[in-house]
Amino acid sequence: MITELIKSESTYQAAFRTVRHARPTAAWAELVRGSAMDRFENLGFPTVRSEDWKYTNLAPFLKDKIVPAVPTELAAEAIARFVYPETANNHVVLVNGFFNAQLSSLKGQGIVACDLLEAIADARYGKIAREYLARNATYHDNGLTALNTAFLQSGVFVLIPRNVKVEAPLQITFVSDTSEPHTANFPRVLIVSEENSSATIFENYVSLDDEAHFTNSVVEVVLLDGARLEHYRVQRENNKALHIATTATELGRGSSYDTTSITMGAQLSRHDISVVLDHEGAECWVDGLYIVGADQHADTHSVIDHKQPRCNSHQLYKGILDGNGRAVFNGKVFVRHGAQKTDAMQTNKNLLLSDRARVDTKPQLEIFADDVKCAHGAAVGQLDMEELFYLHARGINPTLARNLLTYGFAEEVIGKIKLDSVRAQLDEAALNQLHTRLQA
Amino acid sequence: MLEIKNLHATVDGNEILRGINLTIKKGEIHAIMGPNGSGKSTLAKVLAGHPDYEVTAGEVIYEGRNLLELAPDERAREGVFMAFQYPIEVPGVSNAQFLRLAYNEKRKHLGEEELDPLEFKDLLKERAKVVEMEASFMSRSVNEGFSGGEKKRNEILQMAVLQPKLAILDETDSGLDIDALRVVAGGVNQLRTPDNAIIVVTHYQRLLNYIVPDYVHVLAHGRIAREGGKELALELEEKGYDWIKTPETNGTGSGATAN
Repeated sequence: MITELIKSESTYQAAFRTVRHARPTAAWAELVRGSAMDRFENLGFPTVRSEDWKYTNLAPFLKDKIVPAVPTELAAEAIARFVYPETANNHVVLVNGFFNAQLSSLKGQGIVACDLLEAIADARYGKIAREYLARNATYHDNGLTALNTAFLQSGVFVLIPRNVKVEAPLQITFVSDTSEPHTANFPRVLIVSEENSSATIFENYVSLDDEAHFTNSVVEVVLLDGARLEHYRVQRENNKALHIATTATELGRGSSYDTTSITMGAQLSRHDISVVLDHEGAECWVDGLYIVGADQHADTHSVIDHKQPRCNSHQLYKGILDGNGRAVFNGKVFVRHGAQKTDAMQTNKNLLLSDRARVDTKPQLEIFADDVKCAHGAAVGQLDMEELFYLHARGINPTLARNLLTYGFAEEVIGKIKLDSVRAQLDEAALNQLHTRLQA
Repeated sequence: MLEIKNLHATVDGNEILRGINLTIKKGEIHAIMGPNGSGKSTLAKVLAGHPDYEVTAGEVIYEGRNLLELAPDERAREGVFMAFQYPIEVPGVSNAQFLRLAYNEKRKHLGEEELDPLEFKDLLKERAKVVEMEASFMSRSVNEGFSGGEKKRNEILQMAVLQPKLAILDETDSGLDIDALRVVAGGVNQLRTPDNAIIVVTHYQRLLNYIVPDYVHVLAHGRIAREGGKELALELEEKGYDWIKTPETNGTGSGATAN
């Protein structure tokens, strides 16, 4: 096993030399990439010996030779099915992690969205990128983030300028084009919401076809004072995919961050989400839903870090597991020394539809302040017999009753997404995944 | 329409119903009264097919068929409806969705065409008048965050949509203030037809001022201890339940007694 891992790492070394040559960047970013590659060589991929990866084993996926992706061409028709009416004019497409201007459409006003490497080269955006890139998603102790950072060669830079309120949501679609099998994609996103701005961003991870691929994405989000951001993340990659993702957010004074992550796809997925409440009066909602069917594995690790007083965090993660599906939820909430008047609430609820499904859930609170309000809880259960009987007593057959309750369980999270066509599609996908046919 | 013969039922091994005999014809309203623990709610749940209740003896013939052989959802599609004493909350499923699904399941069963959401919306609007329910309730999750009165009204709304042949109202009056009681009872009266029958299970006579029964049956210790017309309810209101004694009861009511 160890020799296999070393082999795949050396593929990355060769590819890294090519990237450096083909896509030079600003000197500071060059340094970041170089030191990230050094860290990756040192750290390698995480193994089950690490506490944070105890239940999620990457080794079987890394046995295959994985090749870092190169830019490919795609016709607009190929991605038409991933475009929604609400976002038709505000849509950025990354193909295998590479910003694709032809497929993107940015007719909306006020919001900046461009190739991250171009932003780094730009006089104004370069400064912002330099300040915030690799600041919240640190690569020093995380091999996967290090690898993503080393392969920074495109990606998206999003800027919502000061006082700009954008009504129309911006969609970022991450398409995996697996015409070459076993490609590895390293999408990188930096979102900066400046003071008192307001926007909605919808990340959509999809596969073009059914071949195995490896996505290793890193999204960094910065909310400056008084900014508001609604952030949806939907992962529906194909069922052979290995999907690793990090979302790292820092919140300015009085800012408000509302994020909803829906995980349905990939054979194995891992999402690390962290929110640092680094200034007074910030508030966040960090919600999610994982629907795990047969042979799927979904792991969520979340860290909510209250560093300053008077911040609120609300977290609701729900899971639906069927067949031999497996899920992991690990949620840490830190309340640092001096973070008085913190209000932190964390809940993880799991619905097991099969005897063979399994979830490992571990909510953790670590509190170093004394004047705080914190609560957390986890539940694992099956469908409620009384609820089922109520539906039966109204003439709804047992299969439909089961599906309807499962749908209702999911809806609490899916219902947060304010894009009607996306929500309708997710409802349908949730039900299809559960082998049913209810129309909303 | 309904014939209950020597019905015995247990829950968790305790015998609650100990030989109920009851005949109900279409167009009739029957009140089932009795003190707490007498078995009246158990009777309602057994008729609806709640899985916790086991029928150990006797039979129930509904429209010429053995009701006890039908699964709960089949009973419902055949026109048996129980309004729950404690309506269940179904988070994430809107009232309109739920009602349309239930309605269409029944239509399918009867070989009729299903209604699409728009057609159903019109029907729902019409039926909602029966219990004076506002449109905002239709988009809310079933019973979630409803007050006690709203939940009971929602039960009668379901009855209005499903138009059962046999409706069993299990303590529909409990927890209702006088205004809500009037609305709920008014709704039930509007849904009464010469072709359906209604069983009103209640502890108090109060509801029967509004839904006037043709017959009153008083349960004690799992048997019908007394029967009469609507005036029996008034007598109970005056004297309480203490004066009613079943001839063979041993008075413990523990339910451990075998027949």
